[in-house]
Amino acid sequence: MAGMSESTSTQMGMHTEPLTGRDIKTKFTLENEGGFAYHFARDVDFNRRAEIDCAELEPTEINRQIRELMDSGHGSIVIRNPGAKHSLVVGILNRMNIIVEGSLGYFGCGLLDGPTVRIAGRVGWSFGENMMAGVCVVEENAGSTFGAALRGGDLVCKGSVGSRTGIDQKGGTIIVGGDTGAFSGFMMQRGRIVVCGNAGKNLGDSMYDGTIYVGGDIRDLGVDAVQAELTDVDRAWLTRKLNMYELLPAQGVDHFTKIVAGKQLWSYDNLEPTEKKLVL
Amino acid sequence: MCGIAGLIYRDGARKIGGEMTAMLQALRHRGPDSTGFAMYGAPGPNEYVMRYKVAEKEDLDGGTRIHRAIRERKAAVDAVLEELGVSVLELDEPTEYALRSRIAFDGDLKRLADQVEEVEGGEILSIGNALELIKDLGDATAVSEVYGLGTFEGTHGIGHTRMATESDVDIRSAHPYWAYPYNDIAVVHNGQITNYWLMRRQLEREGQRFVSHCDSELLAVYTAVNLEKGMSLEESLRRSIDEIDGVFTYLITTGNELGMAKDTMAAKPMVLYEADDMVALASEEVAIRAILPHEIDTSDPYDEEVRVWQA
Repeated sequence: MAGMSESTSTQMGMHTEPLTGRDIKTKFTLENEGGFAYHFARDVDFNRRAEIDCAELEPTEINRQIRELMDSGHGSIVIRNPGAKHSLVVGILNRMNIIVEGSLGYFGCGLLDGPTVRIAGRVGWSFGENMMAGVCVVEENAGSTFGAALRGGDLVCKGSVGSRTGIDQKGGTIIVGGDTGAFSGFMMQRGRIVVCGNAGKNLGDSMYDGTIYVGGDIRDLGVDAVQAELTDVDRAWLTRKLNMYELLPAQGVDHFTKIVAGKQLWSYDNLEPTEKKLVL
Repeated sequence: MCGIAGLIYRDGARKIGGEMTAMLQALRHRGPDSTGFAMYGAPGPNEYVMRYKVAEKEDLDGGTRIHRAIRERKAAVDAVLEELGVSVLELDEPTEYALRSRIAFDGDLKRLADQVEEVEGGEILSIGNALELIKDLGDATAVSEVYGLGTFEGTHGIGHTRMATESDVDIRSAHPYWAYPYNDIAVVHNGQITNYWLMRRQLEREGQRFVSHCDSELLAVYTAVNLEKGMSLEESLRRSIDEIDGVFTYLITTGNELGMAKDTMAAKPMVLYEADDMVALASEEVAIRAILPHEIDTSDPYDEEVRVWQA
């Protein structure tokens, strides 16, 4: 939110208080956002490229090889023949590029903080869980609980996703080019979900906060999810964001429906920011 | 958590035994306790294949007397078959305790099944024109090797890797389940049915019999009863979503169909691959990739989704 006026962010339903955590406070300020890195982050060169053929490797070995390549300064890694194996490309806290030339199984790309990942195939359940920063783009479909507990970054699926997309989402942006299943945005606390296609039943059920945009039909809304007016700021943001990932519909974004929390069920708006952080 | 898989070819029989073995072996981590197959071979006119056992695998660890008991039980089953006028065309004994009989029989299947099960230790795993149900302790490769399933040819099949949660680790509690005593109906299920006893007692009052205490068996019997009433498989699957409580994804097969239903919460996984000549489903894509190693387009069926494919 650095550089954004309070009135603009408020119009978009976003929080304005600085979210400086106790552990990173001494190293991270909003003014120095771009320079932040973990003290143990590898100094990688994006022009150094390496490949891993996963056909005969177990997930543990594949993830170990990714770390070894990072240690040796490789900033671009290509994953060949991933074979829908589980738990690949997890826990990477570096800025780097990863290209997956195939499909991932369950729990792919969990706990990321920084990398840019492109998956040419599809991904299974719980993709991108707990991602803190970075970009993940999936070219085909994704399974259920896509982006569960997402905290930051952009998580994009150009196809359709399963159920409970963005469950417990705490920040960041989830973009779905196709449809999403039931209970999407369930107990969502912050961040944004954009669905270009249709949404299943109980959309936004028990959401605390955050915003959901749907371009197609919504089967029904969950408890305490309500429709809100799509503002010019929303349109500008949707247009820019969807354009970034080549998902902007030909007719634009005027037809999108905006869903927010009614805050009749859960509301922490009266808490001090520090108290709110403890709750959320 | 258990793993389930299904496979159906739309253009004739293939070596599905080897393919189902590969799919289920890829799901071993979802349940290593037991593995089961329900596969459909070429049906013979007025012929049935009867798969049955006369002891549990662990009974063999109980001393030397069990071997004599097994011989006596097999003889007792033979006597039942002779009494009912069953012609045994072929008899295989892949293990000491589990047998496969190809039989000619034009009588009452329920009477046959009841009388075989009256033999001590006797349990019919399946009777069908085309269905052959094989299940035992161990992973898919181990079971497949013991029962010689690698060369099994057929049009469709389902399978299950079991992680025992609410019943014993034995063959009786292993999946798939045959819809006792209905011809050619079998089910595999991942999940938990919370109104199991309510539904079971209702079916028992209608005269149905259950051979296990596993909630998955309910789905087989429930479907068989619906089909007998004249419903299509698709209608039965849709009705099950309204009438059966809990979280479940299940696959069910008849002589020429493979069906799938997912509950209203969509809490149990299923990945679907559809091509012109075949359909493959599994709890995880890694199982489908065990038989289709190249990149494929797959999707997750949604909540309350019902699908039926024909062989």
